[in-house]
Order: sequence, then C-alpha cells, then structure tokens
Amino acid sequence: MMIPGVDGFMYPNEVELQWSILIVLYPYITGLVAGAFILASLERVFKVEAVRPTYRLALLTALAFLLVAPLPLQLHLGHPERSFEMYLTPHTSSAMAMFGFVYLWYLTVVLLLEIWLDYRADIVHMSKTTTGVTRLVYKVLTLGSDNVSEAARRVDDKVGYVITVIGIPSAFMLHGYVGFIFGSVKANPWWSTPLMPVVFLFSAMVSGIAAVLVLYMAAMKVKRLPIDMRCVDTIAKYLFYTFVIDFTLEMLDLIHRTYEADESFRSLDFMVHTRLWASHVLLQIGAGTVVPLLLLAATQLRRFAPGARKAIYSITSCLILVGIFAMRWNVVIGGQLFSKSFLGYTSYKMGLVTREGLLPAVALMLLPFAIFFVLIKLLPPWQHSEANAAD
Amino acid sequence: MRSTFRDAAHLLRPAALLLIGLAVFLVVRAAVIPKGFGKYGHYRAPFLETARSKPIHYAGQDACVACHDEEAKMRAAGKHAKVACEACHGPQAQHADDPTSLKPKLPDVATLCARCHEKDPAKPRTFPQVVTAEHNAGAACNDCHKPHNPHLD
Repeated sequence: MMIPGVDGFMYPNEVELQWSILIVLYPYITGLVAGAFILASLERVFKVEAVRPTYRLALLTALAFLLVAPLPLQLHLGHPERSFEMYLTPHTSSAMAMFGFVYLWYLTVVLLLEIWLDYRADIVHMSKTTTGVTRLVYKVLTLGSDNVSEAARRVDDKVGYVITVIGIPSAFMLHGYVGFIFGSVKANPWWSTPLMPVVFLFSAMVSGIAAVLVLYMAAMKVKRLPIDMRCVDTIAKYLFYTFVIDFTLEMLDLIHRTYEADESFRSLDFMVHTRLWASHVLLQIGAGTVVPLLLLAATQLRRFAPGARKAIYSITSCLILVGIFAMRWNVVIGGQLFSKSFLGYTSYKMGLVTREGLLPAVALMLLPFAIFFVLIKLLPPWQHSEANAAD
Repeated sequence: MRSTFRDAAHLLRPAALLLIGLAVFLVVRAAVIPKGFGKYGHYRAPFLETARSKPIHYAGQDACVACHDEEAKMRAAGKHAKVACEACHGPQAQHADDPTSLKPKLPDVATLCARCHEKDPAKPRTFPQVVTAEHNAGAACNDCHKPHNPHLD
C-alpha cells in the first residue's frame, strides 16, 4: 500500500514526524538569547566600547526571547504543569532535566540580575518622577533601595562585571546543551556528531548578533535617532568573524561526513539533493550563508558610504536570521525525513491552526517582540538617564 | 569599611529575594513530593506495595507445563518453542488456581495466527509470513497447522 508523501521503505514509526516546527523554534529562540547575551558581554567584559549603544538593547532582547524559549516545548508536550516536576524530582542522568536548572540559573542569577544592576539608577529615578501604577511598578523594581550614590553605582558595575563573566559560560551552556541534545542521538546519523554543540553555539552567536544589529537599526529608525555608525560597523565586524568560524565549522562537518562516507551517506546525500534542496542548499547555504558572508566581507574590504553600509547590514542580518532558521529547520525536520533503514523518505506536513501548526509557531515567534516592546517601554535602553549620565 | 557596606547593602535585596524563592521552592518541594520517592529508584517506593496488592493475571509457563504435558512436548519440539502459552491463550492465573471450574476458551485462530504471521514488509524476510486472504482461502489455519507445532509433516 502506498502512503502519500512516503517514498521507498519507512519503518512504521518513522512515517509521521514527531518533532514539529515548534521544536525548530526552540533552538532558534534559545540561540537568539545566547547570541544577544554574548554581544552584550563584548562591551562589558571585553571592553569593546564601540558597541556600548547596543548593550542594554542586547540584554533586553536576550530576556524577551529567554522568557519565550520554553513555550514551544510546553506547547509541543502539552500538560505544561508537569514541567515543574523536573525541578521537584530531577533525574540527574537526563540532560533535559538538568537544562531546567541551567535555564533557571541563567534567567534569575545572570540575566535578571545583570539588567537590574545596570538599570538600577534609572529605576530609582523613575520611581521618583512617575506617578500612579507606573510609579508602583518602579517602586517594586527598586526592591526598596534607592541608594544610587556614585560609590553604590561602582559596586553595581563591579558585580555586573562578575555576573557577565559568569554569564558567558552560562550562555554557552544554555545553547551548547541544545546542540548536545541533538548531537547525542546516536541512532540518527544526521544529528549524531560531537561537532553539533559547537556548530549550534556559533550559529547562535551569529543569529543573536544579527538580531540585535537589525533591532538596533530598526529601533533608531522608529525613534528617528541617528544610527551610531561606529557601533554598527563594529558589530558587523564581529558578526563577520563569528560567521567565518561558524561557516568553517559547518564546512568541516560537511567535509568530514563526505570523506568518511559511512553507511548513511548515500541516503543523506540524496535527501539533501531532493527534499532538503530548497531549505538546505538554497536557503541555508546560499541565501543564508554565502550571500551574507560575501556582503560582510565586502564591507570589511571596501569602505562604502554610510547609507550603503546600513542597507548592507540590514539585508545581511535579515538573510542571516532566515538562514539560521533554515539551519534549525534542516537539523530538526531533516533528521526525521529519512528512514533509519536508509531505504526511504517521508515528508513533513505542517498543520495550519493545529496545536503544533504554523499559526501557533508564528504567534510564538511574535511573542518575544511583544515582550521586547513592553520591556523597552518599561526600561528604555536608548539614552542613559540623568542618574547614569552623572557617572 | 562601614561606607563600603552601606553602598553594597542594596545587593542584599536581590540576594534575599533569591533566597526566599529558594526557601519557598524547598518548602513546596518537601510538601508535594510523595513519601518514599527515590528510596529504590526514580519512583515512589510505596508503589511497590500497591503493585503487589493487585491481582495476578498470568500463571506463568511452569504452571501450564505442570499439567498440559502433551501440548508442552509438542510445543518444545516445534518453532513455537519460545512462544509462551499465555501469549496465545491469554492470562490463565485463575484457571491455574482452579483448573476444573474455570475452563479457558480456545483462541480464535483466524485472528490469532494473523497477528504474527500476516505479511508485512517491516518484518524480517526469514520470518514465516503469508497474505492470509490468498494463503488459506477461508479455511481455518489449524485445519493444516497444529498450533503447538505448526510445521507441516
């Protein structure tokens, strides 16, 4: 009997995909968090002063996406209340259970604390200048302390530095874990490689940096404020470096697979040339990697006019964001399209308004932007307040 | 020294908040985790008692062989040697306890045999399998094959 969408031989449990577009979103969103945080750490720890204008923006971006990161998983699994069990009775041999703690650590000890410390002067200032409910919100956010003396700010700065230093390995763990989960599935040759966590990590950095770059330029456009060209040039430079490393790692993986040519190779090679051709070769490698890399390389080699540079950075960032999404798609969906017998292929039919369909996926992808909008209203990252300016 | 403490005192507030959060978590954890969880493994130890209190359904191979000597010998000599009696006859603990009054029903061969031997490309090629509709033309399987030793002489 022929099953629609299936070619060749599939084991019965392989015909329908278990991991849907929501599982594609999860590493994508987590990657944006890790990447944005690492960009923020450039200014804080590595003293790259030029990216200062995006420091707060990067932290808020990381927070907005981090709050949404577990939702695709919750929606995919159902019974969100059960996820709390992971904290109550954690299974120490389960990487997924341990990730719950990494997530909580990263959210509370790293990100919230760092944002609080950096914004404290502004929060105290707003708690005194606003009225009504807003004032109450800021009052709560001060945690009852209004000491923003120069000495107190110096303490904040030192503690913030330490937290960022701790935050970098935490961000690496946060996203390295996602790659680890795929890389450790030994039954699946499309996933099973120790390079997976490293590739995920660098692609996360690339996507996070691109997201902050495009958000910064878009925000400046909306606010009708001038774009700091030194800042965007520096971000683009780091984006280029990180992307080169990411591209090298992905090519290393590809060359290694091709040279090794184990028993899965023919099957995977066929899949890349047929079902994954558009999303892998055209979107991920072509439009999402080669084109942005060439554009970024051009900006490093030739000095374009500011207007052209802005256009190139915007196009590049958007292409990268699409390309990295395609990469997550190809990993998650691609890994389920071929039979473990290497004799057949299935296809992924995405629902539209089903629980794991396109509509919830789009809503989940828009949600971080809504949170981001609320966050920038509450904690404006644009200019430092008078309290900060006094530093 | 005192001024340093005063200027760092605000840090105690998020620290206290985290500690309160941790304390609430530990209290909730202590209250909701079932008693005996983790004593033997990642499950509730008292559940073993619950499991033990449930009625036993399967008698086990040895109990069947103890009485049904002839069937046991046939089965041991054929391809079904490693198929447990209760895999086809169903759970028979009650019958084993009271063999005279509780007689098990004979399985319906038309569905029983096909459960394992219906043709399926996912099965290993060496496994005996047939398209039942074509193979027996409506006849019962046990017209030709003896279920305890299905090999045709």
